[in-house]
Amino acid sequence: MSSKEAVDSVLVVNDLSVEFAGARGTVKALDGVGFSLEKGQVLGVIGESGSGKSVTMRAILRILPTKTTKISGQITVDGEDVLAMNEKQLARYRGRVASMIFQEPALSLDPVFTIGHQIAEAVMRHTGASRENARRRALEMLEKVKIPSAESRLRNYPHEMSGGMLQRAMIALALSCDPKVLLADEPTTALDATVQIQIILLLRQLQLEMQMATVFVTHDVGVAAEIADQIAVMYGGRIVEYGAVRDVLMNPQHPYTKGLLASTIHGSMAGTRINTIPGMPPDLNNMPDGCAFAPRCGHAHADCHAVSPKLKPLGNGRQVACVLDHPSLVVQP
Amino acid sequence: MTFVPPASPDIAVTFQSTGYWTGVMQRLKRDPVSIACLIILTLITLSAVFAPLIAPNDPSVGKVMLRLKPIGTEGYLLGGDELGRDMLTRLLYGGRLSLIMGVVPVVLALLIGGTLGVTAGFTGGFVSVIIMRTTDVFFAFPSVLLAVAIAGALGSGLGNTLLALTVVLIPPLVRVSESATTQVRSLDFVEAARASGAGSFSIIRVHILGNIMGPVLVYAFSLLSVSIIMAAGLSFIGLGAKPPTPEWGLMLNSLRGAIYSQPLIAAMPGVMIFIVSLSFNLLSDGLRSAMDVK
Amino acid sequence: MNPVKEANRSNTPVLEVAGLSKKFRVPAAGIGQKPRVVHAVSDVSFRLAAGTTLGIVGESGCGKSTTARLIMGLIAPDAGDVLIRGDVMGRSAKGLKRLRRQVQMVFQDSSASLNPRLTIESSIIFGPVVHGVKQSEARARAHHLLDLVGLDPNLYAGRYPHELSGGQRQRVNIARALVLDPSIIIFDEAVSALDKSIEAQVLNLLIDLKSEFDLSYIFISHDLNVVQYISDDVLVMYLGEVIERGSTDLIYQGAGHPYTSALLASMPSPDPERRTLVAPVSGDPPNPIDLPTGCRFHPRCADVSEICSRLQPRMTQAGVSRSIACHMADRKSGHPKAGALGK
Repeated sequence: MSSKEAVDSVLVVNDLSVEFAGARGTVKALDGVGFSLEKGQVLGVIGESGSGKSVTMRAILRILPTKTTKISGQITVDGEDVLAMNEKQLARYRGRVASMIFQEPALSLDPVFTIGHQIAEAVMRHTGASRENARRRALEMLEKVKIPSAESRLRNYPHEMSGGMLQRAMIALALSCDPKVLLADEPTTALDATVQIQIILLLRQLQLEMQMATVFVTHDVGVAAEIADQIAVMYGGRIVEYGAVRDVLMNPQHPYTKGLLASTIHGSMAGTRINTIPGMPPDLNNMPDGCAFAPRCGHAHADCHAVSPKLKPLGNGRQVACVLDHPSLVVQP
Repeated sequence: MTFVPPASPDIAVTFQSTGYWTGVMQRLKRDPVSIACLIILTLITLSAVFAPLIAPNDPSVGKVMLRLKPIGTEGYLLGGDELGRDMLTRLLYGGRLSLIMGVVPVVLALLIGGTLGVTAGFTGGFVSVIIMRTTDVFFAFPSVLLAVAIAGALGSGLGNTLLALTVVLIPPLVRVSESATTQVRSLDFVEAARASGAGSFSIIRVHILGNIMGPVLVYAFSLLSVSIIMAAGLSFIGLGAKPPTPEWGLMLNSLRGAIYSQPLIAAMPGVMIFIVSLSFNLLSDGLRSAMDVK
Repeated sequence: MNPVKEANRSNTPVLEVAGLSKKFRVPAAGIGQKPRVVHAVSDVSFRLAAGTTLGIVGESGCGKSTTARLIMGLIAPDAGDVLIRGDVMGRSAKGLKRLRRQVQMVFQDSSASLNPRLTIESSIIFGPVVHGVKQSEARARAHHLLDLVGLDPNLYAGRYPHELSGGQRQRVNIARALVLDPSIIIFDEAVSALDKSIEAQVLNLLIDLKSEFDLSYIFISHDLNVVQYISDDVLVMYLGEVIERGSTDLIYQGAGHPYTSALLASMPSPDPERRTLVAPVSGDPPNPIDLPTGCRFHPRCADVSEICSRLQPRMTQAGVSRSIACHMADRKSGHPKAGALGK
């Protein structure tokens, strides 16, 4: 990573590793994850259970449990070292510099306060604005996320709103203090199809408008295609493939990415058998030596089981964590 | 290019297969407080059961010369009571009655109240309304007063006291088992059981009971600590065991006069009640923690 | 041998649902307010042809899960019948027991649908034992099925649900559904909560089992891609009603009910070069408490006309194996675009 990139990038993650102390010993949830994002860029993170996608985001926002977690590496947001922040700095950082939206909006909104109150409170705390101005900002945010009859919605409680409305309210809350980085953890997974596409379009528009660097975690390749500029595919706590969305989706290089895309169900596959990746996602308590994907990989050989491959740059910002020495895995530019 | 997967089976899960209750027992064994309580309770129970064999004296024979003798008197290890009887012997024998009066009502209330609660929780509708509202009526009375009233009406004597205490303990157990049943009943696996064509009895026996036993047992244990105290309390005011039967509550009453001259001896039955009650309480906490882990 | 399956070759549908309706009463929100009614399912009818898969799609509040539970008899319908191979299934305890030997269900939440206190084996044999099968025979059947769904009985029969992954638990649920030898299995969002790669494996398994055991499936899902992949026919539901039905190919071709078109257009485009630019429909799926007059979709329909708020559209034939409940499909409806659909 050149120093010019480092200067332009709003979010830089470098060699991030996270370990959890569990009942059965330590679990390495993340192993050397690194990427950088510029202003206004969207990184789509695709992965399944245990891939570490959610842990990455929570590490960036520093909301992992403090006592049982060991974080190493570097996270720099807007020039500040996030891992070195104390509680006071973190309180200013969360919501103001970096903000997160979740899968279940009902769980992240306080049920005993109105939406308007919650947004206004966040604005007051972070920007020191007066109650008047904070209220005005709350209304402005609700209109920005296109909630119908925003004025009366200010006085609604979470339980009075439907799923799509709540998701919009949560987005309004997260964006109310103009964060530089937006972390989205599967925000559309629990939504109905017609609502999901509305939220995706809304996020795309807001992200562009507010020029936020966005990390968008999803398990749905289609959703990632709709919103991401860059894609990172994660497996077993590591990034196994990285590149521009068009490159990764149209021309996957890593065997896992290939398998994932080949087994993604399109209706056009009706009548044929789905080409599945055999086996199951890895058990983080019991990680195999060498490449995390080797046990399920059709091209694995002895070395793959012994040594974990590092991310190899393929030019044009493409990276793949695979030895790629099988004849069928010819690198295509 | 199609991705051709190699023929490999699912990776086997390498966990140990322990049953739920086995896991609970394991975790319980690792909790020092619970182990201590279990040991204490076991010792007290055993000493009560084997009282005739290990007691040094006769609990009903009092020697005038040894009235209110202090702890450490020769022959009377824990001193003499107000009628000159050996405190140690009376405490050992007293345990029998106190423990019976504490434990039996809870067991009976668990059986009766549990059945009522599960029926109410599972059936719902009119049956549930009848059972639960009747229970509410009993809840309107403070439990101690209710016990006193019933025992007073029936008269003293072991059977009546047990009856009074059982009646008082049934309502809370009905409530706990009804609420636990209602929660479990709406879970998917019960629906799946209904979908396989099972009748209510099979579903209750196989699916409901196993899943409500946890919270109900924890509650029953905590009721044991309350029951011991209430039983002793009833005897204290003369509605439980009759003199000269040794029983801790009764002994507390009869030793009231000695509280200034021999405070340690006067307090001893109270200490026993306290230890047993506290042990049951802490054990119920330990049980709850042991059951909390998934 | 299951007599229902023997008759698979005839024309009678293996399952028919006629006029199923269910309303739930919601207690009044406060003093002086009336209790409200949730019109969960309104006059739903369809047929399941033997050996086929019927996909049911729709969003929150459309009533697809309630319909499944009505068919299984887990909820008592207000009106309507369920017919298996032409015989109306009774609602008595005996009738329900008979019904549940023919129709089984796999639920969405794989862990909640297994009793955490029972071993896998015990969970599976519960059903047969209740129906009178001997324990030893039930156990043998359970082991055989575990093997068929890809779980080695020696490794898994004695385990507890929390020791298995989501995909493995769902296989157990499938084995449990099969152990009673039903003719029909209803999958209620059964693969929705699984990782994509596992979902693919389970779908392959379902297809294998269908031909092995001569089954008919009802596949409820919100994932339009999966439904298109696995179904022969599709039912689209909205606010408790069936608004379109037909063969999968025709439905996914488009030019159907406006809601169906919106639903199909809502699928995220997997091509990053051709992104969706406009949301096909705005607002959230409404809840079935305050139903609009006339056509239930008209408040959100781009082609709404005067007749739509006045009159409920009938199910109109719009192609050889397709019906649409929309005024635009009915040439005689008086809608300005009457007859425009289904071409």
